[in-house]
Order: sequence, then C-alpha cells, then structure tokens
Amino acid sequence: MENMSMKEKSYKHKTSAAIVRRNRRHAYLFMAPNFIGFFVFTLIPVIMAIVYSFTNYDGNNTMDFVGLKNYINLFHDSDFTIALTNTIIYTIGTVPFVIILSLLVSVLMNNGVKGAPVYRAIMLFPHIASIIAVTVVWQFMYAKEGPINAMLHAIGVENPPVWLSNQKTALLAVMIMIIWKGIGYYMIVYLAGLKGIPTDQYEAAELDGANAWNKLIHVTIPNLRPVTFYATVMCIINSFQVFTPIYVMTGGGPGRATSVLVMQIYQDSFVNYQFGYASAEAMILFLMILIVTLIQFYHNKRVAA
Amino acid sequence: MNKKKITSGKVVYTILKYAVVLLLTISMLVPFIWMVSASFKTNLEIFTFPIKWIPEVFHFENYTNVWERSNYPVLFFNTVKLTVIITVLQLVTSTMAAYAFSKIKFPERDKLFLLYLATLMVPYQVVMIPQFSIIREMGLVNSHWSLILIQAFSPMGVFLIKQFFDGIPDELIEAARIDGLGDWGIYSKIMLPLSKSAMITSAILTITSTWNDFLAPLIYLSDPDLYTIQLGLRNLTSQYTTEYGQIMAASVISVIPILVIYCIFQNFFQEGLVSGAVKG
Repeated sequence: MENMSMKEKSYKHKTSAAIVRRNRRHAYLFMAPNFIGFFVFTLIPVIMAIVYSFTNYDGNNTMDFVGLKNYINLFHDSDFTIALTNTIIYTIGTVPFVIILSLLVSVLMNNGVKGAPVYRAIMLFPHIASIIAVTVVWQFMYAKEGPINAMLHAIGVENPPVWLSNQKTALLAVMIMIIWKGIGYYMIVYLAGLKGIPTDQYEAAELDGANAWNKLIHVTIPNLRPVTFYATVMCIINSFQVFTPIYVMTGGGPGRATSVLVMQIYQDSFVNYQFGYASAEAMILFLMILIVTLIQFYHNKRVAA
Repeated sequence: MNKKKITSGKVVYTILKYAVVLLLTISMLVPFIWMVSASFKTNLEIFTFPIKWIPEVFHFENYTNVWERSNYPVLFFNTVKLTVIITVLQLVTSTMAAYAFSKIKFPERDKLFLLYLATLMVPYQVVMIPQFSIIREMGLVNSHWSLILIQAFSPMGVFLIKQFFDGIPDELIEAARIDGLGDWGIYSKIMLPLSKSAMITSAILTITSTWNDFLAPLIYLSDPDLYTIQLGLRNLTSQYTTEYGQIMAASVISVIPILVIYCIFQNFFQEGLVSGAVKG
C-alpha cells in the first residue's frame, strides 16, 4: 500500500515538474515577439537613460562620467527652472478645471438628459481629433483679428489681448485649449464610475428627504472618490508631459513664457545634442511622475486595506 | 404649496442641466465647425465678424491645392501604411503575450506581469533619447522602421487583451486540451475568435495614437517624403503661414479618417478609454 502511494506521488511530482517546464517554454515562446521588442526599445533605454544622466554624452563621441554635475547644473539653469515652474503652473491651472468640469457634466448627463449619447460622442471629439489639427485651429481662433477676440470685442472688451504673442496670456491660452480638450475623456471615466454607484443609496437618501444637491454631496461625490483620485493622478501625469500643443502653438515663446519641461528636454536633446544633460532633465520628469504614481499606489493600498 | 415648490425647483434644475450640457457640447463642436467652414473660405473671409458659418462661395480649391501642391497624398499614404503595420504587429505580439500571461500557468507569471506593467509608468520622454541612440546604431533613423519598431510592442495592448482573456473560462481551455489542441491551437482557434471585440478595441486605440502621433515622427523623420500627416500639417503651417484656408483644409483632411473610424466604432472607443483607465 505504502509503496504504491510513494510511487504514485513521485510519478505525480515528475509530471507536474514536466508540465511546469513545458508551460514555461510555451509561455516564453508566446511572449518572445513582444518581449524582445519591449526589451530592446523600452527596458534597455530606461537603464541607458539613467546612465546617460550622469555623463556629458553629446550624442556623438564624448561620453565621460561627470557624477552629479548635470543634476546640480539643472537648478542653476534658468531655462530649466523656468520650464519647471511653467509646467507646475500649467498643471495647477488645468487639472482642477478639467476634473471639476468633467465631474459636473458627467453627473448631469447621468441624470436623465435626452440625447445624452449624442452629446457624449461630441464631447469626445476633441480628445480623439489630432492634437496638431486642434492646435492649429485654436491658433487661428486666438489670432489678433480672430473669432475669439472679435467676440470679446462684441461683448465690450476694449483691448482684447493678442493671446499667443503676449507673455502674460500665452500660457493661459494654451491652458484653456487643453481644458477644452480634456473634459470629454475624463467625463467618460466618470460616467463609468457613476454606473457603479448602487441605486439603493439614492433611494435611501430620497427617503430621508434629500434633494438633488444633497444627493450629489452625500452620495455621488463620496462614492466617486476613487475615480476622482485616479482621474486627478492621470491628469497630473499628462500635464507634466505636455509637449505637442506648446511646440506647435508657441514654440515655448514668447520669450520663455510657455516653455515647459518636455519642450526643454526636446530642445536640449534633439536640437542642442546634449544627451547627458537632457537625460538628467528627463529623470526629473520621471521622478515627478514616480512620486505622483506612488502616492496613488499607497492611497489605493490604504483604501483596500 | 410644498409640492409646487419642489416641482418649480425641479424645473429650474432641468433647465440648468440642459443649459450646461448644451453649452459644453456646443463649445466642443464650435472649433470643428469653424475649421470646416474656414477650409472653404478665402483668407479675407475667414477673419470677418460676425462669423459667416456657411461661406457664400465654397472655395474647394483650398482642398485641391493642398492635395496637389504639398505632397499630401504621399503623407496620407505613409500614415496609413504606418498605422496598419503598427496596429497589426501590435495585435499579434500583444495577443500572444496576453495568452501566455492569462492562460499558461507557470510559477513566476504574476510577478513577471506586474514587473512588465510597472514599465507603463515610465514616460516616453525618458526613453526617447537612448531609444534614438539604439535606432541610430541600427541605421534606421529617417526610415519608417524606426517608428514601427518603437511602437509595435506595447505593454498597454497586452494589458487590455489579458484582461479580456482572463474573462474566458479556463474550463474551455481544459476541454480543448482534452480534445488534443496544443497552446498554439487554443490561442489561434479558440482565444482569438472569442476576443474580436477586445481586439477591435485595442486596435482602435493603437490606430488613433499612431495616426495622431507627433513627437516620434518629429524625432526620427527628416525626409519630407517620409513624413506622416501630422508632421506634414505642422510643416505646412510653418511654411505657408498666411494660407489660412489651405491650412484649415489640410487640418480637416488630417482629422477626417479618425473621426470616421470614431463614428463607426464609437462604443469600442468609449470602452477602450475606460478599460485603459481602470489600470490604476
């Protein structure tokens, strides 16, 4: 008897080890096409970027280790500090508006609006259309004699600004466009979140005599907290990475009024060929994103626990 | 009394609700309508106020000029070509990897997947400089291969498809195995046919991002004959700064393909945006 079971056991063990071996071989074969590309074009570059950031690599021949020199120089370089400041202003000036407006419109749309699918589809247009085309259109609309100023003039604004060539308004102009472009996407995220709120909570609130406002404050918004948190984090990360609209609309100008972090990284790497220095700038961007992501990670963990 | 108060409050709320929704919808639409309308106008007409939404004479020559004078047909072809190749490659590689992550059991699987997903956190701007060095070593700068290679292998695609595969019951796989199907057979004969909707969703996200991509083509392509439509449009605006009507026509052309796909596959779009969003 005992002998039998021993035999059976070892046989079983053998097959399961063989199965693991076979499965593992198959799994890696299936992953290979994706992994090889991913390895060469993403993973290795991440490591290289870290290494570059400690060198004076000029994209050509010179590549000596310079220790922390790049990182120290960054904070004495007004091009970088201005770009960093602008990125933060841009983030603070867009994220709250995008989040609040998209929350507002999704709650309204979820509250029985006739034709909601049509409105929803239209509001996603700006998110889906190419950023270049959208930026070019806004650039024209912001023109001195463009429709925006004509409208401002019509409602009595005496001297509407020359939006994009004025240091004081250029960044604001970009921000307005980005808020406009972002609302639709976050509305979709919120609508998905709204579907998950149990209806009995609303019924209970109604029994307590709650009106629409009370329900919003005491049921909807608390239930949406995780969605809001997620949306805010995503929106912040995207804001840190803004490049194309600014590159096309203002090129970072006038002066350095709209220069942002990625604009500076692009300039220093692919225009000035300071690969080492630009990598250090990119690491700062990475660090900023990492911090925001980690906050989200620990927040989720705390909520789940 | 009380009842009447509530209903009048409700009326106000309903009016406000529609006012806000309609106002936002219109503000989303107006720049696009303005773009289309301007694309049929002469420079002079574009900046007259009040805005004439429907031009008196439709200047179709803005479109024919863009199409004939700049090399827009070439740009259009390049972009379609890149979009198709990248989307197909990405679908093949990501469904295969997703199959391994979802349906083949091996000890380190879940840890590996988490590690793989963690790289989604790294922004493109961090990778782009060393990536450029690698592509240059391969001698592929200023070729379409550069864009294909850097965009065909995305963790995001794997993530989306894996989520869908996870929903397909393992019993189905076991039954197929008993019937004598191997992993390749299960992948190609069972998983793929069952996952059409997930594949369309993933493909649409890739198509949109490839079509609209600007930074990577800007870095890699210097020969105007290799330009994508976005790069070409940007070039057009900086070269012919005063040909407003033509620039608007070029913008319309660049947006239309994606808007058509969007209108046809709207539900997939919204699904894709949301499922991309739950990753948090």
